[in-house]
Amino acid sequence: MNSINPTITGEASQPEGAAIPVQEEKPAETIIEEGKTVGKPFSGDPKFKLRDVDVFYGDTRAIKKISLDISRNEVIAFIGPSGCGKSTFLRCLNRMNDSIDICRVKGSLQLDDHDIYDPKRDVVELRARVGMVFQKPNPFPKSIYDNVAYGPRIHGLANRKSDLDEIVENSLRKAGLWEEAKDRLDATATGMSGGQQQRLCIARAIAVSPEVILMDEPCSALDPIATAKVEELIAEMSESYTIVIVTHSMQQAARVSHRTAYFHLGHLVEVNETNKVFTSPEHELTESYITGRFG
Amino acid sequence: MTDQRSQAEIVRQSLKRRYRKERRFRAYGILAIAIALGALLTLFTDIIGKGYTGFVKTTITLEVNLDREMMYLDDPTDERQMKMADFVEPLIQALIQEIPGATEEDRDGVRDLINPYASVTLRDAIKANPGWLGTTQTMSFLTHTDVDVYVKHAGDEAYSIKLDEQQRAWVDELLERDVIETSFNDVFFSGGDSRDPSKAGILGAIVGSLLTMFVTLILSFPIGVAAAIYLEEFAPQNRFTDFIEVNINNLAAVPSIIFGLLGLAVFINLFGMPRSVPTVGGLVLTLMTLPTIIISSRAAIKSVPPSIREAAEGIGASRMQVVLHHVLPLAMPGMLTGSIIGMAQALGETAPLLLIGMVAFIVDVPDGFFDSATVLPVQVFLWAGSPELAFIERASAAIMVLLTFLISMNALAIWMRKRLERRW
Amino acid sequence: MQPANLLLLTLVLAVVAYGLGYARSRSLAMPLGGIRHLKSLPFYYGARAALWSGIPALIVLALWAAFQGKVIQLIVIGGLPEGMIPASEGEASLLLSKISNVASGALSPAFAEAPIAEAAERLKALRSQSQFLMSALVIAVAVLAGFLGWLRIRPRLNARAQVESILKWLFFSCAALAILTTVGIIFSVALETFRFFEKVPFSEFFFGSQWSPQTALRADQVAAEGAFGMIPLFTGTLLISAIAMVVAVPVGLLSAIYLSEYANKTVRGVVKPLLEMLAGIPTVVYGFFAALTVAPFISDLAASLGIEASSQSALAAGAVMGIMIIPFVSSLSDDVINAVPQAMRDGSLALGATQSETMKKVIFPAALPGIMGGILLAVSRAIGETMIVVMAAGLAANLTANPLETVTTVTVQIVTLLTGDQEFDSAKTLAAFALGAMLFLATLLLNVIALKIVRKYREQYD
Repeated sequence: MNSINPTITGEASQPEGAAIPVQEEKPAETIIEEGKTVGKPFSGDPKFKLRDVDVFYGDTRAIKKISLDISRNEVIAFIGPSGCGKSTFLRCLNRMNDSIDICRVKGSLQLDDHDIYDPKRDVVELRARVGMVFQKPNPFPKSIYDNVAYGPRIHGLANRKSDLDEIVENSLRKAGLWEEAKDRLDATATGMSGGQQQRLCIARAIAVSPEVILMDEPCSALDPIATAKVEELIAEMSESYTIVIVTHSMQQAARVSHRTAYFHLGHLVEVNETNKVFTSPEHELTESYITGRFG
Repeated sequence: MTDQRSQAEIVRQSLKRRYRKERRFRAYGILAIAIALGALLTLFTDIIGKGYTGFVKTTITLEVNLDREMMYLDDPTDERQMKMADFVEPLIQALIQEIPGATEEDRDGVRDLINPYASVTLRDAIKANPGWLGTTQTMSFLTHTDVDVYVKHAGDEAYSIKLDEQQRAWVDELLERDVIETSFNDVFFSGGDSRDPSKAGILGAIVGSLLTMFVTLILSFPIGVAAAIYLEEFAPQNRFTDFIEVNINNLAAVPSIIFGLLGLAVFINLFGMPRSVPTVGGLVLTLMTLPTIIISSRAAIKSVPPSIREAAEGIGASRMQVVLHHVLPLAMPGMLTGSIIGMAQALGETAPLLLIGMVAFIVDVPDGFFDSATVLPVQVFLWAGSPELAFIERASAAIMVLLTFLISMNALAIWMRKRLERRW
Repeated sequence: MQPANLLLLTLVLAVVAYGLGYARSRSLAMPLGGIRHLKSLPFYYGARAALWSGIPALIVLALWAAFQGKVIQLIVIGGLPEGMIPASEGEASLLLSKISNVASGALSPAFAEAPIAEAAERLKALRSQSQFLMSALVIAVAVLAGFLGWLRIRPRLNARAQVESILKWLFFSCAALAILTTVGIIFSVALETFRFFEKVPFSEFFFGSQWSPQTALRADQVAAEGAFGMIPLFTGTLLISAIAMVVAVPVGLLSAIYLSEYANKTVRGVVKPLLEMLAGIPTVVYGFFAALTVAPFISDLAASLGIEASSQSALAAGAVMGIMIIPFVSSLSDDVINAVPQAMRDGSLALGATQSETMKKVIFPAALPGIMGGILLAVSRAIGETMIVVMAAGLAANLTANPLETVTTVTVQIVTLLTGDQEFDSAKTLAAFALGAMLFLATLLLNVIALKIVRKYREQYD
C-alpha cells in the first residue's frame, strides 16, 4: 500500500539546503510507509487500543492509518513538527473533534475494549473518564472553588457540601495548588498567574476522577518555572492516571514520558521507550527531528 | 481503581436525567424560534388576509342617457351651467333602467349603490367630451363603498353590511349579469387620500415618500460619508474626536420621536419653515439616519486593507489623494449598502413625521419639495385609525406596498454586499 | 427663484468656475513651458475656483432659506396695527396661519378683516422680495467669490494643499454635525421644559399622580389648569416595556442560543435572515397589527375566560413591542455569546458536561454582563418606541399594574399633545417637551450605561 502523498513528494523534490521545513535525501514515500510504525507501538492489555485510525477534515486526510496501544498508567508523549496531526489524534481519544462539523474519524478506537466512536457510546460518560487539559489555560470566569467543583457538580459526584469540599481540596492538593489557593478559594480564577491557572485546570480535570488525562501542549503558554511545576505534577500523577501529552518540547517529552511517539504529516512514524527514541531512534525522520534538522 | 469504577457508575446513572434536561433545553430553543417565526408568519398572513382585497375595486357599468333637460345643461363649456347642472339624475335613471323591477319609488336606494364621486367622474367626462351631451354612453363608475364591501366581504362577520335586503338583491342580480364587476384597483395607485375609501389611493403618499427620501438621501449620504472619512482618516486622537464619536453612538440610540421634537422646535418654530412639507421631513430623517450611515461607512473604510494605503502613499500621494482615489472607491460598496439600509429605516419611520405635521389629510399628489405631503407609513397610520373597515383594508394594502419597497431595498443591499464587496 | 432651483444654479456656477480656473492655470503655464511648471495639477486650480465660488454661496443660501420664514413672520406681525398685535405666541401663530391662508388663496380676502388682508398682501410681497433678494445675493456671492478665486491663480500657488485643507474642514464640519444635532436636541427640549416649569411646579410634574392635560374650555371649570403628574405615564411606560421584555428577552435569548450552539448551517442560514426581517418591519405595521389584531384577540380571549380586558390593553401593545424587539435581543446576545472564547466551551465539554450544562453554567454566566448591556439597550428602545403605543395603547392615564387595563405612555402623550391644533405656549404643549426631555434623559442614561458595559465586556475577551 504505497499511496503517493503529493505534499511529501512536492517537498522532497525541492533542492537540498533551501529553507524548507522538510529536507530529505530520498523521496518521502520510500521513507514513510503508510500504516507502518517502527519501534514498539503495541503492548499487552492496553488502556487504549487504536487500530487503523484515519481522520478527515472535509476532504483532507489529517491522520493516516495510525495504530497504537496506550498502556495503563503510562505517560506517553506525542511529538512531531507542527501540523503533523498529533493534537488531532489526541482529540480523538475523548471525541473533542465531535464539535467540528467537517471532521470524520475512521478505524477502530477502543477504551478498555469498548469502541469510543460507537454511536451508542455516550460521549459525556467518555469524557468523564478521559479528561483533558488544553494548550492555553482556560479556567472558567468563576471562583477557584467553583472551577474545581464544576465537574463533580454536573456529574453529581458529591452528595453533600462536605464531600464536595473534600473533592476540591484533594484535587487542588494533587495539582499542587492547595497551599497557594486555600485562602482565596472564592477569588476569581482569572486573576491567577498563567501557571496557577494551568494547574487549576489540571485540578479541575482531576476532580472528576478520570482514568486518563489528555494534555495538549499544557506548558506552551507558561514560563519555565511554571513549566517545571506542571512537569513535576505530571510525574506525580503518572502513578494513578494514564497520561497522554502532546508537546512541542523534546526536552519535556524526555523528562516526563515513559514512551514517545513521533508523528510526521499524519503518519505515526516511530514509537518507543523515551530513552530509546532520544538516544538511538530507529527511523531516519525521527533522527532528523530530534537532532533539530527540522521542527 | 475501584473508586474510579464507582465514579463512572455514578456518572452513568446521572446520564438519563441529564439528557432529559439537555433535550428540554434544546426544545426551549426550538420553541423560542417557533414563537418568533410564528409571530412573523401571523403578521404577514394577517396583513395579507386583511389587505389583498384592497387591490380590488368594484365598478358598475351603466348606459347613461345624457339628456340635456334632465341635466339642466345646454352648453358644457359654460362654467356657470356646469356648476348648476345635475349630474346625479342621469346616473339614477341609468340604474333604474338597469335594475329590473326598480321604479322611481326606489330612487334613494338605487342612488346609494353608486359612488358619491361618480357624478364628478361624469362631469369631468362631459367636460372633456362636450359632444357626448344628448347621446347615450356606456360608462364605468366606482360603486358605493357599501356595495364594494358587500361584494368583497358578504360572508365575513367582521364586516357589517350596510345595504338593506332590497339593495342586496339588486347587487346580486347585477353581479350575476356582470354589470357590477370587480377588477384590479388602479384607483388605489393613481390617486391621493380621500374621505371615501373607494376613492382613496396611495399615489400621494408614495410621491411624498419619494420626495422626502430624495431630500434625506442627498443630504445624509454625502454628509455621512464625509464624516466617516474625517473620523477614520483625518481625526486627531484627542478629546474632541472622542466627544464626536460619543455623540454619534448616542444619537444612533436616541428614540426617533426626539428627532421629531428637534424638527418641530428648530426647523418649524425657530426657522419658520412650513409644516407638512417633504423638505422638513427629509431634514429630520437626515439627522436621524446620519449615525447609521456614519457607523456603516466607517466600518467599510476600516475594511480597506492598510496595504492599499501604504502602496499609494509610497508613490507620493497625499493623504487626501490616497483617500479619494483609493480608499473611497474600495469602500463605496459597503457605504452604499449601509446607506440603503439607513434609507429603508427612514422610509418606514413615522413618529418624528407626526410631530412636524405630516399627518394632515392631503388629497392632492404633492408636486414639489415645499408642497404639503404625507408619506406611506403616515398614510397607513391615518387609515388604520379610521373606524371604517374599508379604510383598514386600504391600510393593509398600503402596508403591503410599503413592505414591498422595504424588502426590495434590503434585498438590493444584500445583493450588493454579496456582489460588490471585496473580501480581503 | 425657488431654493431648489437656486441650488442647482449654484452648482452650475461652481462647475463654470471649475472650467475657468482650469483654463486659466493652463494658459498661465503655457508661457512657462507646460503644466510641469505649475505647483499643482490644473485640476486643483479648477477645483479651488469651484470651491471658492460654491461654498460661500451655499452658506448664504442655507442661512437665508433657514431664516427667511421667521424674519418675514416677524415683519408681518410687526406691521400690524396697534390693536392687532398679538399678546402671546399662541395668538401670533393663529394669526399667522390666518394670514398665510389668505395669502395662499385658501381663504378669500373678503372674509378677513382689513388689516389681515393687508398683512396677507404684505406677506406675499415680502415673500417674493425675499426670494428675489436671495437669488440676487447668492448669484452675486457665487460670481464674485469665484472671480476672486480665479484672479488669484498663480503658477506658484499650491492649489492642491488649499483644496485639500478646505476639504478637510468640510469633512470635519460634517462630523461635527453630530455634536450640533445633540446640542439642537438639548436646546429644543430644554428651553421649552424650563418654560413648562414656570407654569407647572416641579413637584406636581414629578410626584403628581394625575395626568389630564386636556385643559378645560372655560377658565372657571374645575381643574381648569389640567393636571400634569407624570407618574401614571411613567408607570404606564414601564408596564408596557416590562411586558415587551418578558416576551423579547427569553425568546430572543433562547433563539440566539439555539442558533449559535445547536442549529446547523442550513437552519441558521434560513432562520437568521427571517429573524432580521422582524427588525426591518416598520413600527407602524406593528402598531397596526397590535391595534387591529392582537388587542381584539386578547380582549375576546379574556372575555371568553370571564375576565374583563380593555380593548386597548397594555398587554397587546407590550406583547407586539416584544416581538419587534426579539431580533434586537437575539442579535446582541448572539454577538455576546460568540465572543465567549471557544476554549471555555472546550474546557467544559472535556469535563463531560453536556451542551446545555456548558451553556447554562459556563457560557451564560460568562456572557451575562454583555447580555445585560444588550437588554438595557433593548429597554431603552422599548421606552422610546412610539408608533405601537400610539396605535394600540390608550390615552387614559391609569395608574395600574394590570396588563389587561389601558395605560398610556410618555411617547403617546408627546404625540397626542403635539399633533392637531396646538397653542404655542400653553402648558399642554410645553408639557410635551418636558416629557421629551425626560425621555431623552432616560434613554441617554440607559444607552451610556449599556454601551459602557458592552465595551468593558468586549475588552475582557479581546
